[in-house]
Amino acid sequence: MKMLSFASRNTKEIIRDKLTLFFGIGFPLVILLLLSLINSNIPPEAKMDMFSIEKLAPGVAVFGLSFISLFSGMIIAKDRSSSFMQRLFTSPMKPSDYILGYTLPLIPIAAVQVIVVFAVSIALGLELSVHILSSVAVLMPAAILYIAIGLLCGSLLSDKQVGSVCGALLANLSAWLSGTWFDLSLVGGGLEKAAKCLPFCRAVDAARYALSGEYGKIMPELVWVIGYAAVIMVLAVIIFTKKMKSDNN
Amino acid sequence: MAAIEIRDLSKNYKDKKAVDSLSLTVEEGELFALLGVNGAGKTTTIKMLSCISKPSGGDALIMGRSIIDEPLSVKEIINVSPQETAVAPMLTVRENLELICGIHGFSKQQSKEKTDKIIDEFSLSEIEKSKAKTLSGGWQRRLSIAMAIITEPRVLFLDEPTLGLDVLARRELWKMIEKLKSSMTIILTTHYLEEAQSLSDRIAIMAKGRLSAVGTAQELMELSGKSSLEDAFVALCEEGEK
Repeated sequence: MKMLSFASRNTKEIIRDKLTLFFGIGFPLVILLLLSLINSNIPPEAKMDMFSIEKLAPGVAVFGLSFISLFSGMIIAKDRSSSFMQRLFTSPMKPSDYILGYTLPLIPIAAVQVIVVFAVSIALGLELSVHILSSVAVLMPAAILYIAIGLLCGSLLSDKQVGSVCGALLANLSAWLSGTWFDLSLVGGGLEKAAKCLPFCRAVDAARYALSGEYGKIMPELVWVIGYAAVIMVLAVIIFTKKMKSDNN
Repeated sequence: MAAIEIRDLSKNYKDKKAVDSLSLTVEEGELFALLGVNGAGKTTTIKMLSCISKPSGGDALIMGRSIIDEPLSVKEIINVSPQETAVAPMLTVRENLELICGIHGFSKQQSKEKTDKIIDEFSLSEIEKSKAKTLSGGWQRRLSIAMAIITEPRVLFLDEPTLGLDVLARRELWKMIEKLKSSMTIILTTHYLEEAQSLSDRIAIMAKGRLSAVGTAQELMELSGKSSLEDAFVALCEEGEK
C-alpha cells in the first residue's frame, strides 16, 4: 500500500509534466516521421534499406526509451534537492518501497511509448503482425536498463546535471551507437567495436530480429541488454540506498 | 509519561559538533519550543529525532521507542513539517494529503476520511483541486503543515513553520497550532520569540549544539534576570556561546 501510493504519486508527477511528455513521446515520433520521409525519397536503385520502417521502428523505439532515463532521473534528483524527500524519509517507507515506487510507474510508461512508436510505424507502412508484440516484449529489458540508468543518475546528480547527462548525453549515445542512424558495420573499426560492447545496438538488433520473426537470433543480443540492466540496477539500488542515508547526514 | 526522552544525543560533522551531549525530556501533550541562533543545532536535533539523520552518540526515546534501534516504529507515530515547504508540485492539494496517508500505511477509505477532515479543518476546500505548484507561498505552507498533521502523529515536529509568512498568515497558523495543543506533543523550532512565548508550554535554548537553558518563558526571564524573553534569549545564548 505504501509503495503503491508512492508509485501513484510518481506516475502523476511524470505524466502531468507536458514538456517531459513531448520529449518522451512526441520527439521520437518526429524523428520517425522525418526519417520515413527521407526513406521515401531514396530511389529503390540505391538499394539502401537503412531507413525502411522495419529497421527504423525498433531503432526509434530504443531512442525514445532513452528519455525514460530522463523521467526517472529527474524525479529522483528533484525530490532529493527539495524538502519533499525529508518528508518522505520521515514516513515509515522501507528502501524497497522507494526503489519500486520510482521504478514501477516507468514500466507501463515505457511500454506505452514503444507501442505508440509501433502504432505510428504501422500507419507508415509497417506490416501488422504478431511479431510486433514480440518486438515490444523484447524491448522491455531495455526499458528496465534505461530506468536503472535514470535511478543511478538521479541518485548521484542534481536535476540540472540529470538533464544534461540523461537528456543530452545518453540520448545522443543511444542514437549514434544504436545502429539506427547509420549502419555500424559501414563505419567499422573502433566505433563498431565500442558500439557492440554497449547495450544500445544490441537492444535494437534484438527488437529487429523479433520484428522479422528471426527468434533464434534474439537471445545472443538480448543477453547483453539483460546483463547491463541487471548490473546497473543493482548498482543503482546500492547507491540510492547509500545516498538516502548520506543526503541527510 | 515522557513523549520524548533525549539521552546524551550528539552529532558530529568531521571536527564540528553540531549537537553536543543533549539531554532533555518533553512530556506528552506538551508544546515545546526549541530556540537558538542559526547553527545552534535545532534542525540537526529534529533530523535525528525524526530518524533521518543518525546520531554520532547517545539515543532518544519517542513514546518509549528508540530512534537508534526502532526507527521504523518511531516513524509510525511521528510526522514532520520541514523548514522549507515540502509538497509534491504536480499533485493537487487533495492528492498531496492522500499521498501522505498512503505512505503512512492508511487504507484508501481511511485516507479519504482523514483528507476530508483536514481539508475542512484547514479551510482548504476552495483549493483542494488546485495543483500545489500553483498555490501562493502561504497556502503551500498551510498545505505542508496539514500534510504533517493528517496522520494524527503522537509527536509532531514543526521546523520553523511560519518562516517567510506575512503577519496575517503567521497569526492564522498560530491559531491552528493552538488548536492542536494537548492533542499531540509538538516540538517547534522558531526564530520568532513572540511565537515561542505565545504558543509553547516550555522553551529550550540551544547554543553551539548544547542546551543552554530550559523552562517556561517566565522561568527563563527570571533565570537571566531580564524583563523580556528576547533579552533573556540573548543573554542565555551569549552565556552558552562562551
